[in-house]
Amino acid sequence: MKGVLNLAKQSNATMSRALQRRENISGYLFMLPSLIFFAGFVIIPMVICILTSLTDANMRDTSMLGNFIGLSNFAKLFQDKDFKQALWNTIVIVVVSVPTVCAFSLWVASAIYKLKGPVLSAFRCIFYLPVVTGSVAVVVVWKWMYNNYYGIFNYVLKGVGIIDKNINWLGDPKFALWCIILILFTTSVGQPIVLYVSALGNVDQTLVEAAQVDGATNFQVFWRVKWAQMMPTTLYILVITTINSFQCFALIQLLTSGGSNTNTVMYHIYFTAFKLTEQAGHFGYANAMGVVLALFIGALSAVQFKLAKEK
Amino acid sequence: MKKLLALLLAMSMLMALAACGQKDPDPAPSKDPAPAETQDPAPAGDGQSDPAPAPTEGATEITAWIYPVGGWSTEANVKPLIDAFTAETGIKVNLEWLAYADGDDKVNTAITAKSAPDLIMEGPERLVANWGASGYMVDLSDMIDDTDKAEINPAALAACTSPDGKIYQYPMFITAHCMGINLDAFKAAGADQYLDLENHTWTTENFIKAVDALYAEYGSTVGAVYCKGQGGDQGTRALINNMYGGTFANAEHTAYTWDDPKNVQALEQLKGMDGIAFDASLEGGDEIALFYQGILKMAFCWNIAQQLDPNTAGTGAGKTMNGEEIVCMNFPSEDGSAKLQGGIWGLGIFDNGDQARIDAAKQFVKYFCDSEHAAEAAKISNFFSARSAAEGTDLSTIFDDNPIMMDYNKVILPNLGDYYQVTTGWAQARTSWWNTLQKIGNGEDVAASLAAGTAEANGAA
Amino acid sequence: MKIQNGSSRAYRIFSIVVLVILAFLFLFPLYWIVTGAFKNGADINNPQPVWFPTEWVSTNFEKLFAKRSAPLFSVGDAIVGPTVPAAIRWLVNTVFMSVMAMLLTCLTAAMAGYSLAKKRFAGRGIMFSLIVCAMALPKQVILIPLLKEMAALDLYGTLWAVIFPTVGWPFGVFLMKQFAEGIPGEILEATRIDGASELKTFTTVVMPMIKPGIGALAIFTFINSWNDYFMQLVMLDKNEIYTISLGIATLQSETTVDTGLLMAGAALASVPIIIVFLVFQKYFTQGITMGAVKG
Repeated sequence: MKGVLNLAKQSNATMSRALQRRENISGYLFMLPSLIFFAGFVIIPMVICILTSLTDANMRDTSMLGNFIGLSNFAKLFQDKDFKQALWNTIVIVVVSVPTVCAFSLWVASAIYKLKGPVLSAFRCIFYLPVVTGSVAVVVVWKWMYNNYYGIFNYVLKGVGIIDKNINWLGDPKFALWCIILILFTTSVGQPIVLYVSALGNVDQTLVEAAQVDGATNFQVFWRVKWAQMMPTTLYILVITTINSFQCFALIQLLTSGGSNTNTVMYHIYFTAFKLTEQAGHFGYANAMGVVLALFIGALSAVQFKLAKEK
Repeated sequence: MKKLLALLLAMSMLMALAACGQKDPDPAPSKDPAPAETQDPAPAGDGQSDPAPAPTEGATEITAWIYPVGGWSTEANVKPLIDAFTAETGIKVNLEWLAYADGDDKVNTAITAKSAPDLIMEGPERLVANWGASGYMVDLSDMIDDTDKAEINPAALAACTSPDGKIYQYPMFITAHCMGINLDAFKAAGADQYLDLENHTWTTENFIKAVDALYAEYGSTVGAVYCKGQGGDQGTRALINNMYGGTFANAEHTAYTWDDPKNVQALEQLKGMDGIAFDASLEGGDEIALFYQGILKMAFCWNIAQQLDPNTAGTGAGKTMNGEEIVCMNFPSEDGSAKLQGGIWGLGIFDNGDQARIDAAKQFVKYFCDSEHAAEAAKISNFFSARSAAEGTDLSTIFDDNPIMMDYNKVILPNLGDYYQVTTGWAQARTSWWNTLQKIGNGEDVAASLAAGTAEANGAA
Repeated sequence: MKIQNGSSRAYRIFSIVVLVILAFLFLFPLYWIVTGAFKNGADINNPQPVWFPTEWVSTNFEKLFAKRSAPLFSVGDAIVGPTVPAAIRWLVNTVFMSVMAMLLTCLTAAMAGYSLAKKRFAGRGIMFSLIVCAMALPKQVILIPLLKEMAALDLYGTLWAVIFPTVGWPFGVFLMKQFAEGIPGEILEATRIDGASELKTFTTVVMPMIKPGIGALAIFTFINSWNDYFMQLVMLDKNEIYTISLGIATLQSETTVDTGLLMAGAALASVPIIIVFLVFQKYFTQGITMGAVKG
């Protein structure tokens, strides 16, 4: 009730109790349809996931929950080499792809936003195309291009003389993860470029001119004036790129099946749940992985949102 | 307020509508209505299929999931047979095809969702050792009487029987997995001298010489130890086991034995050969594709169905896309006598708790495994029937008109080895196997990697 | 920016050159899909890449269409469309799935976003925190519970099992809240004083003001749903309810890999949506942009 009163105060309306009740009811009713889906297909499964992560549930059990085994799944997780590797790869993907996508799209946007209309939209379209091509279509064609024996990458690089022996792009742990990050990259930059182009176009020109009069260099103008004004856009881009980076399941499953050191937690959960069905308590174990991943992502989102709030 | 409620009501109605629009919860979805199907031009040679099966009252619908077993992977082959079955029995069959790469995941997902199919076509490693042992399958012992026992290949029947005597798979076809070689490439490299083309055998020593000769000729990988995943892994297992006589599992099928020093020796040998690559970007299917393209000169993931299958370029059976001749070979071994990996395929029935559907599924099994229709079923598979005769129909002669098949029968099939795929913990073992090969390919110590992989597999056994 | 000196000019030329090269690289996969789909077997399997098909053939599509068949559509057992190649049915399924997900998401998210932004109801803060935390959650986390839940609701094996979790994904609510915050409180107050009902306020005042945001969300959801391979993989178990992504993935995992066939499938999956994109290109970019400026 105190929170409600605070809120009421914040909205600086002197609502009567009846008004507040009306506000509550209408607020909830407007929330309701969305809440049904959100609670039903995100919150409830998440709660079950947390509960079962403490059990040895497996496929053979007909009941939802197995036997309670405390935190031993989590203890086991941090002994599990495969899981640790998957977690590390997941972190690498996010940490590498998010900043590169942001930086690259900012550069492209700053290079094209002053171009003439049709040229600008042509560029925008081209960079956006991989997004609409569809993940599986993208994967099958890249798989062909990466092919060790008749792929175009080896052919071209050998022809140019950069390499003298075929590289097994997807079969070599030195390259495979980077190959996947590259595909992820091409399918992620489209939207940020569009966003930055419009953000750059909306920069307040009077501020830019004022800075130039003050003798600021191009770089200073960019950094102090434009970048600062694009902060909200940047934060939004950070959020969507992070979300995107966690959607790399199709790439992993179809290109390497988690081999060649490309396993991620997302794939490993699926693998543990439905491939290693002979392992005792594999459902509980997979759910424990899910909980760890959710904590990791929740923390990341909270940080990003904090940044956004400060802005 | 009222309007808001009305909106919500509308929302919930939309939801209800949505729910109605969904497929009926029955395993038998709205698909495959016979009349619609018959508008399909019936494939040639399908004389017996009656276009409109009279809808029997209370007719049952069952779902059958089929792994791509030889010719049964092609809808055009299978559909006429199924239509004929439907016409005769009034049972509608919904067919789905699975892939080896993720078929297991799909079945496990379906089991978790309590929507397992009624029928499944695959081998004992899944039907008996995995799903059967977990209690998802129906025991088919009552369908196999003494006559059947006399007719069915005893090794196949043994593999389909669980340790406690339950039969979870009705065997249909058998084969022996072998190798394929590109004979024209061998001749060009002068490596055909190392082959015994009459018996289709070679020794390990000659295999090594042949690979070296091919590498000297072409300067690139001639054979790939593929290890992207579990697809086609019988080929890599057979190669490595046969080279120096190593084993994969013990004779009792209770433990994995791939840390055998003979396997270490074989892997060290393969590792050191220029013409052989450990390739973690390939699975069995990719290897075959490369072999068909003429890039790889030998395929370890080979069998008779592939030998008989005209490839995608349409150059005909037993030919690469460039028209080079493919010859099937036994795996190389020290004395030239290989122990081949068997393929035993058949039908199993999932227990979905509905007796009517189980009965219908049994009718299906009876029809395709133990009646005159078994001949046609085996014929389209391109594999030999797992039994000599069925209800008076002789099944041993169905391929007499096919010289490739007869040849195979003489030189490959007799070398069938132990069917160890029913060892417990098989799914884990397969996963550990390709992971181990990847590690070895990446330069980790052979003996240590093998030991670690075996321990992991045995942990689940 | 005025061209002030030589180095800046050189940089501009350099960047344009790099951009053109990059543009070609970004276009290349699509080019490779489309040409690959029409190449003959010899070209496809040539270890030396064939840059341009020596002859344009349709055999890959013929093979794709001959592979499996399915009714064009079906509602329950009663209404069943004519039998068509399964690939066509996959497209129909994918469009249905994406459009349904889009409509439901836009409707529910617009209402919830407005409520979160403008209604001071109890528990609003907690709700919003939950939404933010769940936004980036990949669906793999809740894979097993969600699968069991869908089975219990009898939705497993239907497209709804893919649609509903997409609608439940709270990113849309977040986006809509950012938009709805821009609505001036005075206007809402004025409407209220005029005696308009809540619903009327929402439809006549709120909706028009957040329309650009709804556009952005619609595009975002549509593309996301179209690409949501994972849920499709787990929830869909029958050829006739496969989506095009799932269908191609199945082709890829078959015993012998047929690249030409795969490219035909990939072309079928990507070209329609690319055409839609090019036609509505202006709205796409506009919608996305609006989303950002507000978000």
